[in-house]
Amino acid sequence: MSKARHSTLRTSLVHLALITYTLVALFPVFLTIINSFKSKQAIFGQPLRLPGPSTFSLIGYETVLKQGDFVTYFQNSTIVTVVSIFLVLLFGAMAAFALAEYRFRGNTLMGLYLAIGIMIPIRLGTVALLQGMVAMGLVNTLTALVLVYTAQGLPLAIFILSEFMRTVSDDLKNAGRIDGLSEYAIFFRLALPLVRPAMATVAVFTMIPIWNDLWFPLILAPSESTKTVTLGAQLFIGQFVTNWNAVLAALSLAIFPVLVLYVIFSRQLIRGITSGAVK
Amino acid sequence: MTDLAPELGVEASQRRPRRWHIFVFLAPAVFIYTAVMILPLFETLRQSLFNVVDGEHVFVGFSNFATLFGDPRWAADFWNALGNNFVFFLIHMMVQNPIGVALAALLSLPGLRFAAFYRTAFFLPTLLSFVIVGFIWKLILSPIWGVSPWLMDLVGLKALFAPWLGRSGSALIAVSLVSVWQFIGIPMMLIYAALLSIPEEVIEAAEIDGITGWGQFFKIKLPLVLPAIGIISILTFVGNFNAFDLVYTMQGALAGPDKATDILGTFLYRTFFGFQLQLGDQSMGATIATIMFLIILTGVCIYLFGIQRRIRRYQF
Repeated sequence: MSKARHSTLRTSLVHLALITYTLVALFPVFLTIINSFKSKQAIFGQPLRLPGPSTFSLIGYETVLKQGDFVTYFQNSTIVTVVSIFLVLLFGAMAAFALAEYRFRGNTLMGLYLAIGIMIPIRLGTVALLQGMVAMGLVNTLTALVLVYTAQGLPLAIFILSEFMRTVSDDLKNAGRIDGLSEYAIFFRLALPLVRPAMATVAVFTMIPIWNDLWFPLILAPSESTKTVTLGAQLFIGQFVTNWNAVLAALSLAIFPVLVLYVIFSRQLIRGITSGAVK
Repeated sequence: MTDLAPELGVEASQRRPRRWHIFVFLAPAVFIYTAVMILPLFETLRQSLFNVVDGEHVFVGFSNFATLFGDPRWAADFWNALGNNFVFFLIHMMVQNPIGVALAALLSLPGLRFAAFYRTAFFLPTLLSFVIVGFIWKLILSPIWGVSPWLMDLVGLKALFAPWLGRSGSALIAVSLVSVWQFIGIPMMLIYAALLSIPEEVIEAAEIDGITGWGQFFKIKLPLVLPAIGIISILTFVGNFNAFDLVYTMQGALAGPDKATDILGTFLYRTFFGFQLQLGDQSMGATIATIMFLIILTGVCIYLFGIQRRIRRYQF
């Protein structure tokens, strides 16, 4: 048995395959970042060299920071993402608690109704959604995006969280009831703290599609003051297609926050996925 | 104890006053979900049966669908987008999912070192936005930059290099492969999780019976992770038939060259929102959205009733 598991040749082949794919996965990102620090000549002359003293240049970053309004875009993205995640987690956990904790008529039906949105993408309703937002005067506001992303995130959040809410001990909740806690206090003070790890997983799953979305910012909030980073980068890079320094710098700036967040949260994220949160 | 639990039994709940807290807990989520997701969805489906005739919004039955399938101008674009979308989906199924399964299988080998590092690296592209992914690959594949020809020269294939994104024969394949590169992390992670949940005893029993290596993977592990493969297939299907962003970023709203990369998402965008000289047409947009809805619904139903129920699940 140990021979089957620890053959050196086999292990090296496995690592060779994995390293090859690691290069495939990381190389494009690496290439973009190193070239963003080089002068235009060096970008074309030696695209694969690391920036050296003679080729180092920050001209791309200077162009981007002068021309693009990236601080505003960044703020917009952050506001939309944080508020949406907060609402998804709060409302999602409340609904999940109701579905998992109480028996009432229509419980199963309500659960199924809320689960439709896991499979049917909200984008398909865009035509009427845009008309509705126009009617309510919400076009070109961050509120429109927050509402859409909250609705988009709720189904999966409720589905995952109600699985976890079911695991909260009944004895604990009943002990709370004997002590005179209201149902609201039981939810906020007993159940919510116990499902915190699941909430973190849901937060990460909710965050990625919101931060990266291009469709709804393009359609619902394309004005200058409400652009998100994704849309801003799209338009900005589109304008500067011939200025390679600026394009590479803008891309690197857009990658950077994602990289930092990923390094911080990768454990949480991977544990969330592999713990069977998605069944 | 039991008579204190309010939710035990229907009789108990009938005697009790209305339990308002259930309503309070459910109301915000149900309200937002219904108002922003379900109602617009059904309103869009409804509008596919209406059109503007002489400035008035009137019921036209299925004539929008007749236009979409019958009018040569619309039909050509629609079938082109639908066909491209199927190619897009097939490339994902044939490239993304097998590679994802293979990577997961390697990662889950017992005692593998640096597994956490590999996992983190493979999942990184999935987190990047379409804009970043699209433009990075646009630069790398650009014949102006010369990175791709140089790399292909390393393996002696320089002669095969071509401006793939600019040729109508290869643009769709190139864009699909970029999308595969971006999303390979999802099948990998889900299969990886499924492989990890196979109990050690099952593997040991197989080893005692002399089933190791490739045989063990195909005969023991693969059948056990079939439900997860079913899930990644349906996720890929829904994601692909609703895709838009990557094509828009790499090839623009016109999905060039000559609509070679046009898929249903970009077709819907141009139709209902308008682009350049084309004016937005809400009714036809709603019609296309309805078709997309029906395609996705069909896929989901086939999965739920045809595939998911037939896959044998093993309980440990």
